[in-house]
Amino acid sequence: MSVVAEHISEHVHRDDLGSRMGIWLFLFTELVLFGGMFLVYAVYRFTYQQEFHVAAKELNTLIGTLNTLILLTSSLTMVLAIVAIRKDNKFLSIFFQVITIFLAFGFMVNKYFEWMAKIHHGIYPGSETLLAKGNGEILFFGLYYVMTGLHGLHVLIGMVLIGVMTRFTMKGTVNSDKYIHLEAAGLYWHLVDIIWIFLFPLFYLIT
Amino acid sequence: MHDKEQSVSYLDYKGKHSGIFAWILSTDHKRIGLLYLMASLLFFAVGVTFGFLMRLELIAPGRTIMDAQTYNSLFTLHGIIMIFLFVIPGLPAVFGNFFLPILIGAKDVAFPRLNLLSWWLYVLGALLAVISVFLPGGPADTGWTFYIPYSIRSTTNVMPALIAAFILGFSSILTGLNFIVTIHRMRAPGMTFFKMPLFAWSLYATAWVQILATPIIGITLLLVTIERMFGVGLFDPALGGDPVLYQHLFWIYSHPAVYIMILPAMGVVTEIIPVFSHRTIFGYKFIAFSSCAIALFGSMVWAHHMFTVGMSETAQVIFSLLTFLVAIPSAIKVFNWVATLYKGSISTDAPLLYALGFIFLFSIGGFTGLIQGALSVNMHIHDTSFIVAHFHYVMFGGTGFGIFAAMHYWFPKMFGKMYNMKTAKVGFWTLFVGFNTLYFPMFVMGWLGMPRRYFDYLPEFQIYHFISTIGSWILIVGLIIMFTNFIKALRSKTSYTNINPWSGETLEWTVPNKPPLENFEVIPTITAGPYEYKDNDEILTKEDN
Repeated sequence: MSVVAEHISEHVHRDDLGSRMGIWLFLFTELVLFGGMFLVYAVYRFTYQQEFHVAAKELNTLIGTLNTLILLTSSLTMVLAIVAIRKDNKFLSIFFQVITIFLAFGFMVNKYFEWMAKIHHGIYPGSETLLAKGNGEILFFGLYYVMTGLHGLHVLIGMVLIGVMTRFTMKGTVNSDKYIHLEAAGLYWHLVDIIWIFLFPLFYLIT
Repeated sequence: MHDKEQSVSYLDYKGKHSGIFAWILSTDHKRIGLLYLMASLLFFAVGVTFGFLMRLELIAPGRTIMDAQTYNSLFTLHGIIMIFLFVIPGLPAVFGNFFLPILIGAKDVAFPRLNLLSWWLYVLGALLAVISVFLPGGPADTGWTFYIPYSIRSTTNVMPALIAAFILGFSSILTGLNFIVTIHRMRAPGMTFFKMPLFAWSLYATAWVQILATPIIGITLLLVTIERMFGVGLFDPALGGDPVLYQHLFWIYSHPAVYIMILPAMGVVTEIIPVFSHRTIFGYKFIAFSSCAIALFGSMVWAHHMFTVGMSETAQVIFSLLTFLVAIPSAIKVFNWVATLYKGSISTDAPLLYALGFIFLFSIGGFTGLIQGALSVNMHIHDTSFIVAHFHYVMFGGTGFGIFAAMHYWFPKMFGKMYNMKTAKVGFWTLFVGFNTLYFPMFVMGWLGMPRRYFDYLPEFQIYHFISTIGSWILIVGLIIMFTNFIKALRSKTSYTNINPWSGETLEWTVPNKPPLENFEVIPTITAGPYEYKDNDEILTKEDN
């Protein structure tokens, strides 16, 4: 048995560069995933330019801008959290991680109000108000709900991930020597951010 | 077995868990490979049964044993099961998992737990596909392509099938990701990229296609799911959507997917040919790079599935040209294999027979692929059984035979048992004859105008359908011979101790049969290429007499 136990402990090899590579590859797949949707967007926008333009006026640019600011700031705090842990400042790192989660939460709250306002106005998939509009507008709002929705899902996943990392940092599993997990969560968070950077102009700023 | 502590085989060692958990919670790449093998063979049996029933239905015109709706569901399920559950995981997930780490001199893959997760995702996806058959509403009848708008309108259980395919895609992505990092980071000291066995190269090219193409099908199927569930306008033409766009997105993945299927099979053949002709592989770098070239070009030809949907002529010409270009790297491989056999001292054991069967059947499949790539001819044979014959020659005659070749080649290493060679050869010839009898008539009737996916047909096609159905029986007899041979070997008491039965030169033949937990006692240092047979130069310089 002891031989086996030895084997198992040997088995857990550590390769930070390999892990980093794995994360980047995973992020590529995420980019391609969203890329598929951006492709659909591009084709429909090309087909229905005018209607996309009209439909975009319904979106609330103020909330959109606010959310962009929030998300960009949260990327900054995420980076600060990683820098802090590298400098072995556990408390500061936890502080910045919590701020990141808090900002992400703020993003979702804004998103919630934004969607609710739309739904109040009767603009949601399958609604009479929406079906009365032209095909281009139906597609615009279809894409709006799907793309911001899937992005929102990624924000939620990111929040959970960072939450777990905060726990790890408290326990000391993530520390100044071994912070690859936190770094991974950070990279994921930047992906969420960068996708939003494209979503924002494509939906809010094309009026 | 007890002479050395390290030689406890991967089948016998005791880990944290016991009983079935020692398997389904194991992170050992070899156990995971076997889990995949068992699961995918189970689904292969189901897929074969569906295919058999379809062929039986088609033995005579009109209704024979089932109604049209059942037939539609059968070809859908046959497609989904064979493609997503058998052919795609068949080589990378089964033999890639089992042998990639051993071939490159590693203890395991880079992310063993992720590896286990991808098996679980595979099982989850497979279960969903199975459940969709039994839920009220009946199994999906859209064909495995889920074409819009029928896939939004059909009242059958399209949703579970879509989600199943999505999850299976996820599993495939994680396997690909794992392999890329493994190949980059875990090679034994001295094993440069150009000293890797070519199976590893083919897995590497495959893995890139897996991670770059699969997300597209993932998102596409997800969009269809959302569209069905919430009535969001995305592809539905009634809401302004574009069904042709769906087809593009579908084939952007699903065409490269056929290279996910064929590349590893080519890798297996490349392993087998030099070993059984006792010669160094001819054109190592060309074979390695042709794998990458196939992966690259193969990702840019998807629209040749859609020549009849009304694309612009420019697009059609470009896609047609690119389709012809893919044939070049494939041909490079075939020529290199044949050149390796030249002047070799060939032993025609079962693995080589299957590899040669692969070359023969794949060549027929490949050449008929070129015929279809020509625009004018494509109009004539689009959606006929010519296409069905073509992709069965490539996918079954190619990848299927590749999988069987791998099974015969690595069987003694994996299980420490040896099958009966004579029976294996009988099995091969029966399969080979059955295969051609089954699929060749489809070329003929397709050319004459027999549409695919039709439940009924005109009487003039009956003779071809009849021959084809007879072929399916011979094929199944061949499969039974092959698998009983394996099962007999597994149940036999005598264990096979020769660790290098075929005198291979790659690393898996240096470790004990049923390799121990971490494969190598000492990680080897590599100094030479993978297939360096000492008398190679001597053979080549010898004068013909």
